[in-house]
Amino acid sequence: MKKGTKLSVAARREENWGWIMVAPTIIGLLVLNLWPFVQTLYTSFCEHLGFGHYKFIGVQNYVDMFQKPEFWKATWNTIYFCILTVPVGLFLSLLVAMLLNAKIKGKGIFRTIFFLPMVCAPAAVTMVWRWIFNAEYGILNQMFGLHVNWVTDSKVVMIACAVVAIWSNIGYDAVLLLAGLQNISKSYYEAANIDGASKVTQFFQITLPMVSPTLFVVMIMRLMASIKVYDLIYMMVEETNPAVTSVQSLMYLFYRESFVAGSRGSGSAIVIWTVLLIGMITVIQFIGQKKWVNYDV
Amino acid sequence: MKNSASLERSRKMTTILTYVVLVLGAIIMIFPFVWMILTSLKTVPESMKVPPTFFPTALMPGNFGDAMKSLPFLELYLNTGLMVFFRVICAVVFSSMAGYAFAKLNFRGKNLLFGIVLVQMSLPSQIFIIPQYQMVAKMGLANTIFALVFPGLVSAFGVFFLRQTYMGIPTEIGEAAYLDGCNQWQTFYKVMFPLTGTSVAALTIFTAVFAYGDLMWPLVVNSDLKMMTLSSGLATLRGQFTTNFPVLMAGSLLAMLPMVILYLIFQRQFIEGIASTGGK
Repeated sequence: MKKGTKLSVAARREENWGWIMVAPTIIGLLVLNLWPFVQTLYTSFCEHLGFGHYKFIGVQNYVDMFQKPEFWKATWNTIYFCILTVPVGLFLSLLVAMLLNAKIKGKGIFRTIFFLPMVCAPAAVTMVWRWIFNAEYGILNQMFGLHVNWVTDSKVVMIACAVVAIWSNIGYDAVLLLAGLQNISKSYYEAANIDGASKVTQFFQITLPMVSPTLFVVMIMRLMASIKVYDLIYMMVEETNPAVTSVQSLMYLFYRESFVAGSRGSGSAIVIWTVLLIGMITVIQFIGQKKWVNYDV
Repeated sequence: MKNSASLERSRKMTTILTYVVLVLGAIIMIFPFVWMILTSLKTVPESMKVPPTFFPTALMPGNFGDAMKSLPFLELYLNTGLMVFFRVICAVVFSSMAGYAFAKLNFRGKNLLFGIVLVQMSLPSQIFIIPQYQMVAKMGLANTIFALVFPGLVSAFGVFFLRQTYMGIPTEIGEAAYLDGCNQWQTFYKVMFPLTGTSVAALTIFTAVFAYGDLMWPLVVNSDLKMMTLSSGLATLRGQFTTNFPVLMAGSLLAMLPMVILYLIFQRQFIEGIASTGGK
């Protein structure tokens, strides 16, 4: 169908069906997402006067935000959470995936167990971990004779959250990586065996480069999810916990600003900042990938 | 010969090591669940014993009754069930239609409209929450099932995912149906849609699991305890009961049970479904 030529009856009918079939989705996306996005952007330049009334105040919300130590702390907490969870999580997931890729019995059972946290609501899972981490009666301190205030000590609370996050996501990431490992042709390993290459050499020369595209996808996905972390930190550390400022992520701060304190203008500014942060990190990742991701298979 | 025997031995060692690490890992993964079940059956004094007992000495099934008293579990189950049901229906129906149209039909504005889908997918959902909440509040529909479903009425991800699926189905199949006298809608509904079973199942599971676990939206939009979901209801217990862990564990167990049972029945579909939605 070239431009300018009249559409045939069949083509016009097809076009009408196309529009009808995408209409619910497009209307929904415009109302539920695109318009709210514009509104949030605008709200970030406004002061909320209550009852849905706003006053335009320019960049004041951003100026205030950048002067608040709490905001910078939340930004750092978010990045720190990523640093603690993403590399260790990826390493352990790759390890589990490689073990599951070996010739062993009971693969299905292991896969089911490792994947289980994925289907459990984070709220319920975190509740259990709070009990395990409990300072006085928690099994972790009891078992190892420790006296660590995992949930209330501002120095260790982030580590406790990171443990829960890694534990929750290991199975999911491992399943994705396993699919990547299974795509590697056996012939590479056979050739390497004939050449007498050790297992370690095989890992660095074959497995790692061949799985790197999958690893990259999983890493990006995990990084995105970690920047937006909210639920497990919210469940682990309530607003009245003195350790809250040392652990609250940007999205936790966003929730408190927008819906507890009711200042939707500064809440919107936080969420816009988070989007920019995600954008920056994504760009860095895509530039960085050229150094280690191998696409010529 | 000697060489092959030692090779055999080292292979055996590798296998044993693989099992040891996997079993250790599996124990760490499963332990919190075991500990939750065991604690939920203990009395409060026993749960605080130093050193702790592993198995409960006296069973306390009453903890579950106490958990049911501190949260309206029947309502929470119903609300969560309805929210998940409607979100899944919306995601499957609207995304199938749009996914098919984007993959197989020619219409003006197609690329622009698909661009909207991609924009939504690349933005975090929190960026929409304040205006979405204001819309629900303005309609006077806070604290309803509709409010819980609201952000999930359409699924950009579902459209993207099912478009991929439809692109994988040969166009000839649709053309054959068209020549047999089906119109576009019949071609989609009677011929193409039934071919997407695996992907629809994957989208269903993905949508259900994430709606079930979602916390911020239900907390924001439904503040009435009777209109909460299992996740947000459980969150209200978080400051309270700091000493009554058996009841907290019983409550958490009740909250995760429905999805865990479904998972144990449909393991393969869950794992492959969620993996197929994430890895691509």
